[in-house]
Formats: sequence, structure tokens, C-alpha cells
Amino acid sequence: MPALALADITCRFAARDGASAPYTAVANATLNVAKGEFVSVVGPTGCGKSTLLNVAAGLLEPSSGTIDVFGQRLLAADGVNRRAGYMFQADALMPWRNGIDNVIAGLEFRGVPRAEAIAQGEEWLRRVGLAGFGDRYPHQMSGGMRKRLALAQTLILSPDILLMDEPFSALDVQTRQLMENELLALWAVDRKSVLFITHDLEEAIALSDRVVVLSAGPATRPIGDFKVDLPRPRDVSEIRMTPAFATLHREIWAAMKEEVLKAYAAQKVA
Amino acid sequence: MRLRVLQILVLALLIVFWYAMTAPGLIPPFYFDKANRAAFFFGEPQKVFWVIVDWFASGEIFPHLGITLLETALGFAIGAASGLIIGLWLALSPTASAVMDPYIKGLNSMPRVVLAPIFAVWFGLGIWSKVALGVTLVFFVVFFNVYQGVREVSPNLIANARMLGASRRQLLRAIYLPSAMSWVFASLHNAVGLAFVGAVVGEYLGSSMGVGYLILQAEGTFDINTVFAGILVLTAFALVLDGAVGALERRLMTWQPKAGETEKV
Repeated sequence: MPALALADITCRFAARDGASAPYTAVANATLNVAKGEFVSVVGPTGCGKSTLLNVAAGLLEPSSGTIDVFGQRLLAADGVNRRAGYMFQADALMPWRNGIDNVIAGLEFRGVPRAEAIAQGEEWLRRVGLAGFGDRYPHQMSGGMRKRLALAQTLILSPDILLMDEPFSALDVQTRQLMENELLALWAVDRKSVLFITHDLEEAIALSDRVVVLSAGPATRPIGDFKVDLPRPRDVSEIRMTPAFATLHREIWAAMKEEVLKAYAAQKVA
Repeated sequence: MRLRVLQILVLALLIVFWYAMTAPGLIPPFYFDKANRAAFFFGEPQKVFWVIVDWFASGEIFPHLGITLLETALGFAIGAASGLIIGLWLALSPTASAVMDPYIKGLNSMPRVVLAPIFAVWFGLGIWSKVALGVTLVFFVVFFNVYQGVREVSPNLIANARMLGASRRQLLRAIYLPSAMSWVFASLHNAVGLAFVGAVVGEYLGSSMGVGYLILQAEGTFDINTVFAGILVLTAFALVLDGAVGALERRLMTWQPKAGETEKV
């Protein structure tokens, strides 16, 4: 039984002006994430990767298709996917809460007593390398620190599924590799299922067990599925140098290239 | 420090100018036909000063000032609270917002100071007619800020809180309210000022107590020095109120980045 099973998902959005045809972002997309598996989804920009992730999170109801979470149907009426944690691309920290209060927000919503929540929060701050920064507000932190804080905020709830939407795309290359390694280290502890969205193929290969390639939008669907059997534990900056990585990169890029060019051409026309 | 000296110098120059232009016989009258006319119309700074000193020394001013400040505080508190609640409600309920939209717009475009005589009829000449005027002025400033603030909460922030397990009620407490509060604080200086205006205008139009009443009385007897004294006392207290709001804002809004702040690590 997969941790997350998206079956035949189609998402159509009504056009803004109401007159033109609805826009189909995702069409007949099927995607499974096994328990403990790290799956990356790559695709050209604007192809509906985030749409797919929002569907998996239960934030967006698909026009058709089903979502099963550990065998249980996810229905829009029941709200969001309770077993998933979501790390957003943009900053989603509460600016009026300091570090520790941001980290324990989820525990607070679940009614965990404050003293206990703080203890857990401090532990998580330490794990993401922010020990002693709990009293800082998000605006007093760098981009990398904010990402760590967001990671701690999500992981403290110990979600069975981790959904990540280009979480490190706003970071500089060095900070990014550091964060990728830290993510792998944290993930290795208890091997949650991860669905990781990115447009960066190297990042996808370096992190994942499996890379899924999406077609260019509109009507995005998976067109390639590649197993990444590089040994773990990995160091993301070193693994990029290995021949096995280069072979995989060539292979997946061959599948992706055409879609990227298509997306580029479509953007030029529009 | 240098700046402070220059600021005081400007004040001193203004007072000297005022004194020179109004002191009877100091310079020959060039506009009025009699030497004491300028003093009649514009008052004399030293006399204004003594009126103020006398007010505070005898304690005569305190009940009046107390009433004016009470009206201001009540007008502000009631106006801000109702603006916050109704702003939150309309921002979170699209249907109610669509229905109420033209009425809100209409009420806001109305020059609300004209309501003062009606309030005097409804609530009498006591403090409540002034409070009511203050409320109508404060309400809309706070209301529009909250309404705008709630609608502009980042969808990311809401989605994130939902994924972290926030219920609708918790969303309101943890996301919408703090977000709206930052907009309320942005309008607070304005709102306190308007509550003060409501109180004084209300007193001026009919009352038996308050600094506005003192001004009205003095004007009735052409006592320009007392009118100016009242104006100066009001100005001083408006500044004090503004300073208090600023201090409160700095205390409660520590999470907001200040311009040019470099505290990042």
C-alpha cells in the first residue's frame, strides 16, 4: 500500500474572464509514493508541479481523480491531508511569532501543553542548527535560517508524508547544498515518505530514490519515471561528481529536454 | 542634541514674533488702527502663558481635561473594537461583505461631523454624544484597515497554518487577528487623533464640561488669550497621546522589521 497514491488527477481552472475555455493545469496524472520513499517531481517551469502538490496536500480539490493516503480516501469535505507536512516555496512563517513560537505552532493547534511544546521545540531548533535563536523573529533571520525554521515547524509534527515545494529554490548555491544535506540527514533518521517538487534536475537526482518527469503544461502529466539507485548516505555535493550520477542525469535530461523547450516556446508565444 | 536646540530655537522665535506683533505699543500699528487691536485678535503670549499656569496651579483645568480625555479614550476604544470586529467579520464573509459594501461606502463618504447635533439630541449634552462622534470617526479608519489587512493575508500563511492543523477558530486567532492587528496599529495614530477631534468638536457644539467647553466659553466673552490657552493645552495633550501610542506600538510590534535595521545573522 503506497503512502500516497494520486490516481488519474485532472485539475481544470475556470478562466478569469469566464468567456475563454477553462485552463487544464494537470490532466490524468497518476503518481505513487511508497512508504519511506523519497520521490522528486521535476518539470519545466509553470507546468503545474505545485498544483499537483496542493492536490496531494488536500489544499486543492481536483476536478476529477482520487487521492489515497495510506489506503484512505482523501475527501475535500474532511479538509487537508492530516498525515502530511507541507513545506512551501515562499516564506510561510508567521512574522509576528518568534522562532520558538513558530516551531511549536502545530503542537499548539493540537493542544499540546505549552511547557511540553517548548521543550520539543527547543529540541527541534537544535536539530536544525538554530539552537539559541528561538527568540528571534523571522525578519531577523537570513533566508537559510528561515528555511531551517520552516523545516523544524513541519517536522516537529512528525508527519508520515512530507510534501516539499521547491523549498530551497530561493537560497544561494552553498546554503542550498548545506540544506539538502541536512534534509537528507534528518530524513535518514526515520525515513518518511517525501514528495519533493523541484525544477532543478541535479537536486532531484541527488536527493531522491525516484525521479518523475512531468510534461510541459497545459495538461501536465508524468511522462518519465526513473529509479535512482545511488548509494546512501549521500553527500549532495560529492555525489554530483560520480559517473553514475552523470549517466542518470543524461538519461533523465534527454526525457526532460523536449518538454522544457516546449514550455519555453509556449512562454515566448504568450 | 543640536537638532533639539534648533527645534527649541524655532519655538522661541515664533513666540518672540507673536509677542512683538501683538504687544500694544511695542511697534507702531501698521494694519489695525489702534495699538491694542492686534492683542485683541491674536492674544498675547505672556498672558496665554499665565492663563495656562493659573489653570494648572488652581487645578481648574483638571476636571475639564479629564472629561475630554475620557471622551477620547471611550470613543477610541469603542470605535476601534467595533471596527476590528466588523472588519474581521466582513473580510471573512464574502456574502455579508458584498451586501454591506454600498452602505459602508455611503457611511464613509458622509461628512460625519454633521452627525454631532443629532448625537447631542440622542445622547444629551453629557459625554456620550462626544463619545458617539468619536466612535463614528474612529470606526471607519480601523474598519477599513482591518478589512484590507485580513484580505491581504498571504494565502501561503493560511495554507501553512492549515497544514499544521489549525482549525477555523485557530486560524482566526493565530493568523487573521495578529495580521489585522498590525494594520490596526498602522492606523492607530490616526484613530487616536480622530477620537480627540470627535471629543473636542462635540464639546464645542454643546457641553457643560471639557476643554472644548472652556474654549467655547472664552470665545463667548472674546477672551482670545483663554481660547489660545485651550488650543495650546489641547495640542500638548494630542502630542502626549500620540507619544503614548508610539510607545505602545513599539512594545507590541517588536516583530516588525524597522527600516534600515541590520540585525540579520
